[in-house]
Amino acid sequence: MTETPLTRNINPEKGPTDLAAYEANGGYQAVRNSIGQADPKSVLETISDANLRGRGGAGFPTGMKWSFVPAPSDTGHRYLVANADEMEPGTFKDRLLMEFDPHQLVEGMILSAYTISADVGYIFIRHEYHTAIQRLREAIQQAEDRNYLGNNIQGSQFSFKLHVHVSAGRYICGEETALLNSLEGKRAIPRAKPPFPQVSGLWGRPTIVNNVETLCNIPHIITNGADWFKSLGIGKDAGTKLYGVSGRVNNPGCWELPIGTTGREIVEQHAGGMMKGYSLRGFLPGGASTDFLIEEHLDLPMDYESIQQAGSRMGTGTMIILDDKTCPVGMVANLEKFFARESCGFCTPCREGLPWVKEILDTIEAGNGQPGDIETLERQAKFIGGLGNTHCAHAPGAIEPLTSGLKYFRDDFEAHIKDQKCRYSQEAVR
Amino acid sequence: MNVANNNLISALSEGEIAEIEAEITHLPDRKSAAIDALKIVQRHRGWISDESLASIAQLLGVANAELDAIATFYNLIYRQPVGDEVILCCDSVSCWIMNGDNICNAVKARLNIDYGETTPDNKYTLLPVTCLGACDHAPVLMVGDTLHSDLTTDKVDEIFK
Repeated sequence: MTETPLTRNINPEKGPTDLAAYEANGGYQAVRNSIGQADPKSVLETISDANLRGRGGAGFPTGMKWSFVPAPSDTGHRYLVANADEMEPGTFKDRLLMEFDPHQLVEGMILSAYTISADVGYIFIRHEYHTAIQRLREAIQQAEDRNYLGNNIQGSQFSFKLHVHVSAGRYICGEETALLNSLEGKRAIPRAKPPFPQVSGLWGRPTIVNNVETLCNIPHIITNGADWFKSLGIGKDAGTKLYGVSGRVNNPGCWELPIGTTGREIVEQHAGGMMKGYSLRGFLPGGASTDFLIEEHLDLPMDYESIQQAGSRMGTGTMIILDDKTCPVGMVANLEKFFARESCGFCTPCREGLPWVKEILDTIEAGNGQPGDIETLERQAKFIGGLGNTHCAHAPGAIEPLTSGLKYFRDDFEAHIKDQKCRYSQEAVR
Repeated sequence: MNVANNNLISALSEGEIAEIEAEITHLPDRKSAAIDALKIVQRHRGWISDESLASIAQLLGVANAELDAIATFYNLIYRQPVGDEVILCCDSVSCWIMNGDNICNAVKARLNIDYGETTPDNKYTLLPVTCLGACDHAPVLMVGDTLHSDLTTDKVDEIFK
């Protein structure tokens, strides 16, 4: 039986895990044992040794990220922010963690804040997650009542206040520096880096932003140790991962599995394989901003390195399946419509280039594509997605499904232009 | 705060002002509460009118134009009146694959409105939205605070009957 630390308390049919159930299953034990007792430096060492990598999409080593926070040298605030702005199309994992085990995130944040000496925390959550917002607020109140949060936690010198900030929309808020601007009450426009948030983040103070799933791992690593955590993964990466599958499969869903589980096992065993009458044509491994991969890549372990070597990114680990009866041109057009709409508009290549790409794709899909359109798309991809052409990763991410779509499904793009129509008659099939 | 003319602020209710001030207590300055304040007033009034905007701007000590730049950036701050409930119809990729276009079109046909429009009885406003994070139950949409999943056109009829 594989260990599933992140979801062991989660049973959606039973409803959310309350404080009593959470504590009965070892919850807040790490807070009681560590706060005021463990040396934050040794906790940081444990997290670094555990090889935990960010679960929000970029996969940056968490311990290393934390190590860039300077030692406290004044009495000003230091911040910890949970990125709960889950809005990457095709991603539905953090919702599960927050709705059904909200105390796990709260405990993860307390321990993380202790490690980096943060005194104020925010959970930046998207507006539409009403249930999660309510349950997190209740959990925070309960944790305050037990002195797991607040002043002098468990009798120590450490104090930590935690707030929920409900966002007002826009995908770009998930970009960590845009998120910080939004928390400051500004337009969510990404900042130029450096300085990095660890040094100058929220209101110019040292700040760490971590994904929800990343933070939920912290209590378990502290309780069970780095070696235990490393033993959970199958390949080079450590821990478990919430993997998901959406699209035309028999059992779409989200499962906690050893990190490094193959795409094939996820799709065929956990997601129950493709629906009758459909076969797998390709997939986005971890959300809208990851490159397409195809059937042959299903045998790769879903870990950071393997998927990167195949030319994509594991991203959020929630796969979106392209089946053989869905038009790849239409799918890429849908993705680029999303990215064009969600550009914050600050950098010209992203603001002007993405709507242009979307227009061309819509034209091709509608059967009005012209010779040279594919070349225009390729040229645009270079300008929009080129490293350093824009402030943040929105534009490069937007271009990933476009360039890989053109690579793997080029015949479809060409046929649309040559035949002046889309051969996937959506109405007939659906 | 030194304000020459408090008339604008008095357009906000005491309750709204109290909620906004409560947010400000855990922020380093007043203007950082801009988005919270817009959301609070919108929760009370349904949308942000020019008058509301000017009142909030004065309360926070920022220029109207600066606050409007913030308000118009966020898709869930409404600068036009909306119906009693806003329908957020997912048009992102997982729903699209599962026939989401048909669902959004069925809503439009059922209510006889397009994106950005409100029904004549002022009950519903329809807007497209980015992935609602329920892709294993695609296609989905939200009506007010309620998520509806695994949708078919029949279910749409049921929701809006």
